Amino acid sequence: MSERNGSERTVSQRNGTEQNAGSHIGNELLRTENLTRHFRIGGGFSRTNLHAVDEVNLTINRREIVALVGESGSGKSTIARLLAQVYKPTSGEIRFEGKPLSALRGRKGQLAYRGDVPMVFQDPFASLNPAYRVSHGIMRGLKLHRTELSAAQRAQEAERVVEAVGLNPAAEILQRYPYELSGGQRQRIGFAQALAYRPKLILADEPVSMLDVSIRIGLLNVMADLRETEGVSFLYITHDIASARYVCDRVMVMYGGHIVEAGPTEDVLHEPKHPYTQLLLSAVPDPRAPLSVDVDTAKAEPPKVINPPAGCRFRDRCPLAEQICHEVTPKLAELAPAHEAACHVAQRAAAGVAG
Amino acid sequence: MLEPMNPDHLLEVRDLWVEYATPTGPVPAVAGVDLTLAPGEFLGVVGESGCGKSTMLFGIAQLLNPPASVTAGEVWFKGENLVALTAKSLNALRWRDFSVVMQSAMNALNPVHTIGRQFKDAIKAHAKRSDTEIRVRSAEVLELVGIDPVHLKSYPHQLSGGMRQRAMIAMALLFTPDLIVMDEPTSALDVVAQRSLMMQIKELQRQLGFAVIFVTHDMSLVSHFSDRLMVMYAGQVVELGATRGVFDAPAHPYSKGLLEAFPSIHGEKKRLTGIPGAPPNLGKPPSGCRFHPRCPVAMERCASDEPGLYRVGTAQARCLLHEPAALSVEVES
Repeated sequence: MSERNGSERTVSQRNGTEQNAGSHIGNELLRTENLTRHFRIGGGFSRTNLHAVDEVNLTINRREIVALVGESGSGKSTIARLLAQVYKPTSGEIRFEGKPLSALRGRKGQLAYRGDVPMVFQDPFASLNPAYRVSHGIMRGLKLHRTELSAAQRAQEAERVVEAVGLNPAAEILQRYPYELSGGQRQRIGFAQALAYRPKLILADEPVSMLDVSIRIGLLNVMADLRETEGVSFLYITHDIASARYVCDRVMVMYGGHIVEAGPTEDVLHEPKHPYTQLLLSAVPDPRAPLSVDVDTAKAEPPKVINPPAGCRFRDRCPLAEQICHEVTPKLAELAPAHEAACHVAQRAAAGVAG
Repeated sequence: MLEPMNPDHLLEVRDLWVEYATPTGPVPAVAGVDLTLAPGEFLGVVGESGCGKSTMLFGIAQLLNPPASVTAGEVWFKGENLVALTAKSLNALRWRDFSVVMQSAMNALNPVHTIGRQFKDAIKAHAKRSDTEIRVRSAEVLELVGIDPVHLKSYPHQLSGGMRQRAMIAMALLFTPDLIVMDEPTSALDVVAQRSLMMQIKELQRQLGFAVIFVTHDMSLVSHFSDRLMVMYAGQVVELGATRGVFDAPAHPYSKGLLEAFPSIHGEKKRLTGIPGAPPNLGKPPSGCRFHPRCPVAMERCASDEPGLYRVGTAQARCLLHEPAALSVEVES
């Protein structure tokens, strides 16, 4: 752990440009290439496909916290499940440390990947088995993923991960049952379980949305601290863009199965390029800002992604929609350094400025 | 002797206590709440899980089930004390004069009946109406909340989360009640749907003039919508005042902590700490001020002296920092 201290950065020092400068090929941890997942719905002969995730290209670097933001039904949890290998992709590839997951063979390879990329779930009341003590889940993970440890080392390691997520005294917490813990403590146990595997990337699917506002921040701090002390990356899935800003280096915004905008957090927040990102930002409740009234109530419905035609999926809610938006699906294009958006109007505006 | 209620008020809650009977003795989840509501007012109630905000709401609406029950206090609504009413006379008031919107529309709507069928059940339980009248009224209220009336024939699973929650609100409006109590109606929605639902509730309130008690754990959500804000901690009201005032200058350290607990998308990025510790066990609340074990500005006497609800400007706060000098009188309304 100590050799990583040299590159430790504090919350205030983290910003987009630095992150961008630091990311090169050797730094890349996970990449997806045209990752696509469709679900067939209806009867056995149905040709109705729900396009949950369509042609997603994303990268996550080492020691990076990346946010995936979007409304319910936008496909962000499907991406988490694809990365966790709960679902198989319909097409496309996931590369972890350069190696394609489709080439992963046998139980051993699977197990190693699952240990490298564990998941933390949304509902801490459903994700811990109520019949067992807290130690059960952590010890089981240790036995499965870290076979080199002796029983005594496992017990020691279990205490270490529980302390790492801010629970004290660890020995006592391990002997408790889930019902003896609060929601925030349970979710910390969720992180401790993931941490026990010595992971490289933790997939955190809405880890704080079931928790009280007053304890959410504690969990976000745990994520930031774990990145510093354990060097682990996070994919933080959320619909709360303010919490994404708090911990994340980069933000990806999803809409209707597509990534519509991606870039360094502060750039995306200060200069959102895609109209959906703009809508999302205007809807964030903020008592310190005046009420923005440009959220059209009648149009606040999620898009139809069942056999979707070509074109931008946001067009029906978009104030800027043009003819081309109905015909051509916009692709992500870099509109500012490391800042991409998939919007015809924004791309033309950027090209106009450049030309 | 019961005092009659002030005719200017729609609702008066006086020293309400709700206790849960447990094997280790009664646990007071709501400990002496006083509250008045004017017609057409929007009151936000905020606090952490387990602070008693939902229990208070259920206590007001007389929806508590054992082991919880109202053990003391009165709830005056339109001239009647709801606590003393029989089930039958309560039934006459429910839906017609006050209605409730529950937290999860997914669980509150019956999955095996169409929306229209559920609206019909609600109307038939409280009034005699012909089928045509029921159809017309059901279509009307759905249109009010911005849903196409064709969805009267839809089942709950065919609607999006936002639409389901709106359908619940439409149902609450069937008889145009004077008061709607809402228990975290937006907590299952994402921010865009949340904002659009809040705007809709506010707009309906402006059109129809009903009063709202809105319970949420997300203080920022009600910041632009409620007239007054009530902050609850460990079963007690710790601050009550005009929403803007509470946000601009929170008088109680707990309100201040809640306000600083969530990150903003504006301004400087700084490390936040939230509120350290966890809400107390209500079976054995801390001595003195119930917040003192978590309070960043606690004084020695906070552990022994129980604060009253003191006047701070136009607001009230339960904190010894605002204790008036020796001779003045407490405002325990």
